[in-house]
Amino acid sequence: MSGASFATGGATASATYQKVGSIRAERRRVLIGAYIALAVFVVFFLLPPVYMLITSLKSSAEIADLSGNPWIVTRPTLQNYWELLTEGNYLLHFRNSIIVTACVVAITMVISILAAFSLSRMRFWGSGVLATGVFLTYLVPETLLFIPLFQIIGGIGMYNNLWAMVLIYPTLTVPFCTWIMIGYFSSIPKELDEAALIDGANHFQMLWKIFIPVALPGILAATIFAFTVSWAQFLYPMAFLVSSEQMVLTTGIVSDLIRGDTFVWGKIMAGALMAALPPLLVYAFLMDYYIAGLTAGATKG
Amino acid sequence: MAQVTLRKIVKEYEGGVQAVKGIDLDIDDHEFVVLVGPSGCGKSTTLRMIAGLEEITSGDIAIGGSIVNDIPPRDRDIAMVFQNYALYPHMTVFENMAFGLTLRKFPKEEIKRRVDNAARILDIGTLLERKPKALSGGQRQRVAMGRAIVRDPKVFLFDEPLSNLDAKLRVQMRTEIKKVHQTVRTTTVYVTHDQVEAMTLADRVVVMNHGVIEQVGPPTELYHHPVTKFVAGFIGSPAMNFIPGRLVNGGAALNVVLPDGITLPVPAERAGRYAAHAGREILFGIRPEHLTEIRPNDHRPHLAAFEAAPEVVEPMGMETLLHFWMQGNEICARVDPATPAEPGVKQTLAADMSQMHLIDPQTEKVL
Repeated sequence: MSGASFATGGATASATYQKVGSIRAERRRVLIGAYIALAVFVVFFLLPPVYMLITSLKSSAEIADLSGNPWIVTRPTLQNYWELLTEGNYLLHFRNSIIVTACVVAITMVISILAAFSLSRMRFWGSGVLATGVFLTYLVPETLLFIPLFQIIGGIGMYNNLWAMVLIYPTLTVPFCTWIMIGYFSSIPKELDEAALIDGANHFQMLWKIFIPVALPGILAATIFAFTVSWAQFLYPMAFLVSSEQMVLTTGIVSDLIRGDTFVWGKIMAGALMAALPPLLVYAFLMDYYIAGLTAGATKG
Repeated sequence: MAQVTLRKIVKEYEGGVQAVKGIDLDIDDHEFVVLVGPSGCGKSTTLRMIAGLEEITSGDIAIGGSIVNDIPPRDRDIAMVFQNYALYPHMTVFENMAFGLTLRKFPKEEIKRRVDNAARILDIGTLLERKPKALSGGQRQRVAMGRAIVRDPKVFLFDEPLSNLDAKLRVQMRTEIKKVHQTVRTTTVYVTHDQVEAMTLADRVVVMNHGVIEQVGPPTELYHHPVTKFVAGFIGSPAMNFIPGRLVNGGAALNVVLPDGITLPVPAERAGRYAAHAGREILFGIRPEHLTEIRPNDHRPHLAAFEAAPEVVEPMGMETLLHFWMQGNEICARVDPATPAEPGVKQTLAADMSQMHLIDPQTEKVL
């Protein structure tokens, strides 16, 4: 994004200001450097998905055939996709992931918006400490938490229950989302709430009619974060879900498509690629609003 | 429409800092009162206490005869215009102005009628569908005022509403505010640090300093009869000159003797007022506009001539400011632009002694 706008800026600048050679040369050097860095970045991050796509289009026989070039598909087939969608629990896992993620995102946003609003706007005893505390809980790694959480989940009889995930994931998402929202809410000028108070709003109306619309870019950023975290969460479902019909995509693919030391590579790749689609869609859909919101906020409204 | 009454209002912040130290003020129905003073004088805090945005530590605030100490801002029936306008960025101009009425569940037609009326008064009828970010500073200020007008509240509160505008627009909006007040006649409390705004807008000016009221009065009274050195120096631009001197009994009349030995006679009719202070150190105060050139056929009584060499000459077009130093005190005189003036060249100036003030250097009260 920034690379593209840089390039057009550079082109017009060099056309208009022919004489300032040194600035032009410097800009060119910077641009070349930027493009090289971006190219390395793109190759590094896009090669694996491309390789996944290639593999997913191969039959098991072709994958096992070591004689050909692994980067070339000789007889492309959608068989892996077809089998995933028609046989086994893949669609169930997909549904489970959607349920868990939707619930977690909803719960997270309600809790973190309310928490952030009170922590950023209502001065009360210990609010400062609490705000820092919220962030500190985010710093505790999940690998440290899953054993005590196992006790709790077992204790309330929710072991191997999909809904346990809805209960646990917010411990990962709420602190960070609250932290983002505190930042956004704090950037809203105090006079705006005072104007709303004088106009006759109570705190709930102030939150609903002023804060949420004004902080929408921040709310979308937090939503994207909560979505990504709960969609990609692996450790907790791995630890707490054992039967296939309770599993979400991340663990479902691994447990159903790896039998002992047999890896069903074609299906694993197809499953993982399809699992990556929803985040992509959410990004593409929300990003437009997100960026529009960012620039609207930037021009001192 | 209502009176606003402040009784012994104190605002003390945590740590014992007193922003407002027990002020009393009565604001009449329809009156336009301006609170003016340097930053940190407590004027904004006072306004915010009237609005209910700050709690009062002690004392009573009454709006329209009922005490509002513990009533939240939304139930005080006030409207406020903020320095940074505080428009809701996601709403159109119409929605911004209608917001307060919508919350109060006014019928749609009534809201539209009121917004259209306010838009007509403020000449923003064509902007109603725009968002605040598509407006200029002056237009935003109008919308902020419109938001106050549509509510038809008991009291308008203005918190430095013109500070964010450029100089030209500020003068224009000042006139606009005065016009609006003449139209709607709502009791208004207006806070500013700009004494020109205070003088031009106010029915009465309240000069505040260090959390106390120094003086309350109509603009001309503050200008001609300041009661303290602070008010004397704060009102008027350029500021009043203060020169330490001595009040000397010169037989028939009292004289003010300034450090350079310049002796200026006190007008006879004011001699009685100052007689008790004869022989004491005083602070001689005179405004630049009362230090002028000697004019031909000058009929002003009590002119006292003296000589001074200006160090800086500032032609302003309609007048020329002369700056000279008298024993370390910078003095400013306002002369006719036609007066020949050269830096460093001595010339005769006249002090209009009927306009002078004598101040007790200890109490800083005007004698």
